[in-house]
Amino acid sequence: MSASPKPPLLEVSNLLKHFPVRSGILIERTVDHVKAVDDVSFEIAEGETLGLVGESGSGKSTTGYCVLQLLKPTSGSIRFQGEELTTLGREELRRMRREMQIVFQDPYASLDPRMTVGDIVAEPLVVHSIGSRRDRTLRVRELLDVVGFDPGFTNRYPHEFSGGQRQRIGIARALALSPKLVVCDEPVSALDVSIQAQILNLLKDLQQDFGLTYLFIAHDLAVVRSMSDRIAVMNKGKLIEIGPAEELYAAPREDYTKALLSAVPIPDPRAMKERKAARRKLRHALAEG
Amino acid sequence: MALLEVRNLATHFFTREGTVRAVDGVSFALEPGKTLGIVGESGSGKSVTALSIMGLIPKPPAEIVSGDVLFEGRDLTKLSEKQLEDVRGREIAMIFQDPMTSLNPTLTIGTQITETIRRHYDVPKQQARKKAVELLEEVQIPRAADRLDDYPHRFSGGMRQRVMIAIALSCDPKLLIADEPTTALDVTVQAAVLDLLDDLRQAHEMAMILITHDMGVVAESADDIVVMYGGQIVEHASVNDLFDRPEHPYTEALLGALPQIEGEGIRTGRLTAIPGRPPDLKNPPPACRFAPRCPYANANDSCATVIPELREIRKDHWVRTAHPACERAGAREPEKVQA
Repeated sequence: MSASPKPPLLEVSNLLKHFPVRSGILIERTVDHVKAVDDVSFEIAEGETLGLVGESGSGKSTTGYCVLQLLKPTSGSIRFQGEELTTLGREELRRMRREMQIVFQDPYASLDPRMTVGDIVAEPLVVHSIGSRRDRTLRVRELLDVVGFDPGFTNRYPHEFSGGQRQRIGIARALALSPKLVVCDEPVSALDVSIQAQILNLLKDLQQDFGLTYLFIAHDLAVVRSMSDRIAVMNKGKLIEIGPAEELYAAPREDYTKALLSAVPIPDPRAMKERKAARRKLRHALAEG
Repeated sequence: MALLEVRNLATHFFTREGTVRAVDGVSFALEPGKTLGIVGESGSGKSVTALSIMGLIPKPPAEIVSGDVLFEGRDLTKLSEKQLEDVRGREIAMIFQDPMTSLNPTLTIGTQITETIRRHYDVPKQQARKKAVELLEEVQIPRAADRLDDYPHRFSGGMRQRVMIAIALSCDPKLLIADEPTTALDVTVQAAVLDLLDDLRQAHEMAMILITHDMGVVAESADDIVVMYGGQIVEHASVNDLFDRPEHPYTEALLGALPQIEGEGIRTGRLTAIPGRPPDLKNPPPACRFAPRCPYANANDSCATVIPELREIRKDHWVRTAHPACERAGAREPEKVQA
């Protein structure tokens, strides 16, 4: 990635998201807070992919939701194209959302089963009152074509399709408003390997063709590696390490990142012998440590 | 003699929409103390194969329509439910993907472990409890004695899987069948559980069938690997030979579809996607089940008409295809394999 003179597309500074822990019968009191996201800062340049990895409960998805203002941050700043999002009113936020979209993990849960494929993809256009009915129909066909979904099936329902096809519908919906930033939240973790490869390739192609910027959230370190220019590692709400993908994987600085990378099983039985010995050592060192 | 020999096993589901040929002619053998990895994607028949071995398939709709499952020479498919109950847990144990649904949430884990011990051995309660503590220590659960009276929800996912492993080990089985044992776990927890399984397998001289969709997991754990597709075995080889010289177009494609964590050009490169989707097992392709997605099949050849047999293409390497890598035009020279 070359140094860009432009300001970053997205700037997240000191992001905090605390969830209250409530207790008590009848009268509920807040007894504590879970620091789901704890002082996280990063930037993403236009056209770049930042990968966000971490194990379950690390706060990576919560960070993604905060960026899109789907969750209200406890404190911190999120600037998109230089504009502060955390202080925007509803109407302004709605306008901004045209530029920022999300692709969800579970293509079975994120599509309304009572809507046809065509209606699902057209919905963002309807919500933002874009184009006439005719324009929208054409746009939907075009979008489905772009994501490799047969536009002849617009009148079918989501349950008639496999996970990979549904994820294509979800991606077409995310692209409907020609966003600049797409948050991909575990977009392939529900899919089989062969289908996963189709979707990852598609996301790469779309990035090329439309100059998209991705915040790519996943737990699978190999998947994140294949998609990202830079990678950030989260653990227990904190962003513990961030850097260019190749550097970070070749020479991780933090012990947690090292443990995470050493734990990945790779499809090479000979190399695995060494990796297994190394990860045992590292685990013992961390446990004593 | 092989510990387990599965011969021409076929398990079909008889549903209103038609017969689903979930497992269709599967054969393999497993020597004592060895680990066999079964890899495949959803619907390939890997789990149904395991459940058929254990006699745990839901009847109806499922039925073993042909084949034998020989465990130490005894055909398990011919045993009564009562006889099977003595085999299960005692001689063959199984652990599943989701340890929360396989543990009873209303019983303490101590009760669940001692229950299994006392089902198979005539021992007093106190002695069973003592054995339970030892088992929990063996699977490296900290403060084992204190945790015996805890309920499953007090344990994390990784710790629950350790409890399941402790229960599986309680009767010192000769064979452990692990069905996606680490799929629901975080990667560092997965590594710890796989290392633990390694140690236990050696300590107990146990054979293992490891079922997974993850090529990395079998690469690290298995001695031999079976690749399943559409209810059939498409390739069967030793772990090194399978990864060094995969022969079946499907195995090659699966390996190409995997993102790598180290190497050059990862970010800019494309993964080998396999076009299309797995076959509908109610109405599978007439001959080779991979033919519709295979880059080497074409309209004029036998792929759509002649059913390929599983054949031994070199010593101990079996493949079911008309187009193995070594027989294609311009086939690569066999690489020198390091010992």
